[in-house]
Amino acid sequence: MTNTLPTDTEVAGMTPAASFLPRSALQTLLDLLLGQGYQVIGPRLDQGAIVYDSLERVEDLPAGWTEEQGPGLYRLQRRDDDALFGYAVGPHSWKRFLFPPQVNLMRSQQTDDGWRMSEVVQPVVRYAFLGVRACDLAAIAVQDRVFLQSGFVDKVYQQRREQALLIAINCTMAAATCFCTSMGSGPRCQQGYDLGLTELPSGFVVEVGSERGAALAANLPLEPLQDEQDQAAERARQRAVDDIGRRLDRDRVQTVLRERLQHPQWDAVAERCLSCANCTLVCPTCFCTSVDDVTNLTDQEVIRERRWDSCFNFDFSHISGGPVRDQTRSRYRQWLTHKLTTWVDQFGTSGCVGCGRCITWCPVGIDLTVEATLICQDQDADAETRS
Amino acid sequence: MSERPKLAVMKFASCDGCQLALLDLEDELLTVARAVQISHFAEASSHLEPGPYDLTLVEGSITTPEDRHRLLKLRADSKYLVTIGACATAGGIQALRNFADHDEFMRAVYARPDYIETLATSTPVAAHVKVDFELRGCPIDKYQLLEVIASLLAGHRPRTSTESVCQACKRRGTVCVVVTQNLPCLGPVTHSGCGAICPAYDRGCYGCFGPTVQPNTRALSDHVLLPRMASDQAALALHGINAYAPEFARGGQRLWQLAGLPKPLHPSLDASLETSLDTSLAASSATEPASS
Amino acid sequence: MINPHTENAETNVAAEPTTDCSMRIDPTAACDPWVAQVAVITDIRPEIDSVSTYRFRFQNPDVAQAYRFLPGQFNMLYLPSCGESAISHSGPPAHDGTDFIHTIRFVGRVTDSISRLKVGDTIGVRGPFGAPWPWDTCLGRDVILMTGGLGLAPLRPMIYAMVSQREAFGRVVLLHGSRSPEQLLFADEIDAWRAAGVEVELTVDRADDAWDGNVGVVPLLLDRLPDVQPDQTEVLTCGPEIMMHYSAVSALRRGIPATSVWLSMERNMQCAAGLCGHCQWGAWFVCKDGPVFRYDRIHSLLSIRDL
Repeated sequence: MTNTLPTDTEVAGMTPAASFLPRSALQTLLDLLLGQGYQVIGPRLDQGAIVYDSLERVEDLPAGWTEEQGPGLYRLQRRDDDALFGYAVGPHSWKRFLFPPQVNLMRSQQTDDGWRMSEVVQPVVRYAFLGVRACDLAAIAVQDRVFLQSGFVDKVYQQRREQALLIAINCTMAAATCFCTSMGSGPRCQQGYDLGLTELPSGFVVEVGSERGAALAANLPLEPLQDEQDQAAERARQRAVDDIGRRLDRDRVQTVLRERLQHPQWDAVAERCLSCANCTLVCPTCFCTSVDDVTNLTDQEVIRERRWDSCFNFDFSHISGGPVRDQTRSRYRQWLTHKLTTWVDQFGTSGCVGCGRCITWCPVGIDLTVEATLICQDQDADAETRS
Repeated sequence: MSERPKLAVMKFASCDGCQLALLDLEDELLTVARAVQISHFAEASSHLEPGPYDLTLVEGSITTPEDRHRLLKLRADSKYLVTIGACATAGGIQALRNFADHDEFMRAVYARPDYIETLATSTPVAAHVKVDFELRGCPIDKYQLLEVIASLLAGHRPRTSTESVCQACKRRGTVCVVVTQNLPCLGPVTHSGCGAICPAYDRGCYGCFGPTVQPNTRALSDHVLLPRMASDQAALALHGINAYAPEFARGGQRLWQLAGLPKPLHPSLDASLETSLDTSLAASSATEPASS
Repeated sequence: MINPHTENAETNVAAEPTTDCSMRIDPTAACDPWVAQVAVITDIRPEIDSVSTYRFRFQNPDVAQAYRFLPGQFNMLYLPSCGESAISHSGPPAHDGTDFIHTIRFVGRVTDSISRLKVGDTIGVRGPFGAPWPWDTCLGRDVILMTGGLGLAPLRPMIYAMVSQREAFGRVVLLHGSRSPEQLLFADEIDAWRAAGVEVELTVDRADDAWDGNVGVVPLLLDRLPDVQPDQTEVLTCGPEIMMHYSAVSALRRGIPATSVWLSMERNMQCAAGLCGHCQWGAWFVCKDGPVFRYDRIHSLLSIRDL
């Protein structure tokens, strides 16, 4: 675990001397990773978006592409340069690889002595993630708490997480939906990565974040970092900070939202909410699942399959008397209060990292920052808003 | 082999496509044939045995007095009766006549309409008899059909999720066509089961599996459909294959009215719409509660 | 709302071992919370209509020997191709390395299918899960159990344990309600419990001609119970949510502090390990922070119907 989850001391013990990787040598990095048996996952153009998928060549990266994002809106756009990582975040998050949408957990076989049950042995997957944003690093840290550090350990996540190599890329722009600065999760990649990169036109400023990252860096054709490169990288990173216009008062929401469980805005948002669960499935921290059996007619062998589920589903809270949260209003309230408040009680961190995916990928464009702010307004202002 | 449960597949007003899903099981069909005795399946064999049957799969909607009579007898002959597909479950595309003047249709289509004996409406099977399980889709998904057969033979309620199509899109990694391509899509209010095929081919969802539980068709109309298509087109989107499913029926009515083209429901149908709405909500509970 | 990590951990989880039935269980010791162990049904005993008590034994003797549970904990019972259901232990917690017991109402897909199993059939079991009844807190104190219907089953292990160490407690009272006299669970054990020093008061919603006992809801039994010493009493309640809610209200009315009232909550449970999200209730995961909760920590949640 030391490589993927470096403690502060371990990181502090290393000299984070930055260096420079010329753009022409990026393929060397990919080749090195592929040669070490990693499956490299990074940004690619697909389905009108920048998604995370397997890649082997620098040419697979979305050179010169960026995106426009807004509530319920995503459009690819050309950049006026050929930056490889000149976008914010796309529809996918890394959770789809560390916490797969569908996974087989257990196998039951009918024998003469009754059922025999055994664990399904998971294939060993070694991912190298290229292009992890600061909000993504924060999201992975949140899921680490959920799956690894809160009592029971999820073995599927654990195996994938321990193997995964994280190459972070600092944002040099922001989408209109980004609000990581409000959540304290970005845009600067601070920790949790193996290698941290900042893209400049001529190459990448490289920072080492772990022993595994250092080992990788040792095999790269790195050049000493020039002062002007360092300063250009700092300016590029500052651009992302300056770009972020969306705000959420995290501390106020954390304390106030839980006291506003009967606020009329829950009804107002339920009028627009489709309860379709898109927000929860694009969220890089949401972790709800259901487990169900995959049967055949003869029942000789039954596989128990775990799938992403969502608190927006009608049946999700079903008990003997029917679903507990039987209206969209109560399901939206569960999601928002969990994400922004009770998550802190459970895991010591907010469930929201400010990536804005739930805003972009909501088909009706419901904006979490607007809803939470409305509900947490002081009561007088609130009364004015409604009158 | 007579101890094997007897399976019947029966057809009413329909295109046979759902029966084909059963034939399309191919590899699994032999297993089905070993597990049950296929007593009546006209699409597959001319050897037809009379009832009673242990499990009857009903395809098609009820459109004639004779069909209605046949259905009542079939129910009496069947231990479990399961509807397969949008016609049997919601009246099918032919239920569009429920929103129009049936006599006018007859006069337009038939030279001698007086030879034709039909009902003014196309209605789901559940409007006439008790249905043990309704399997959605146009056509149905063959693996869901397998799950239904296996579960009922084992004596427990089939597990078919009531989630939206969006969730199947997300699991398979399909990027939302509403958000990226500005396409209208019924996915957020549509029952999953198809595997989210259409959005994976750059098409919005057509709603083949009908409304999911508590579909917010009003918000979908106002915020997803109407910004992307004219209101009469949006009305047609809801009034498609599952036009007579209560939530789509009402949502479509509203859009016709917004389009300035009032198409009132047939007055006699309002009551049955309410009834079938109650039925579909009652049928929606699924997961096992924690007990004791 | 209360943070489970700062407020709940020390009392909603078993304390250090002081008796043979409060052995500390490390929930993370189980190798994989998702994988079931096979158990065979060794006995089936019909109780009341649609309720039977099953005795199980793990097929693997090592698993059987290692298995321990505390009163109030539950197992996930799994029937392949059918599904899983959370069922509380209803048998004695003193573990002899062999059998464990569940009392099951046949109300859904899984439990209906369990009802068709026979002695010798096998089933999958994951567990034990959940926070138990507060055994150590109850030691030396008066204990009032308030149960409705099948809610008596999750408290039966507590009754067995208290009866076996009767001198370790003050007064032990069972206030139990059922819909009708014929729906009275464990009726044939009541006399033995009385003989062992448990005061038992029964009530029914609807009496029949043979019934000469109480009629009405369980909280009324507490209202009428003589000589309650509020400052030395713990109340443990299990039953429908509304019944537990009013039992707690009744306890408070008798001067028993909210910190001495304990409820066992029902929510949808799938993983039972706090990983799947289904059972969330405010900040709690009912499967691992509960199902047993102290009333003062949840009373604000109980007042919101669809939380």
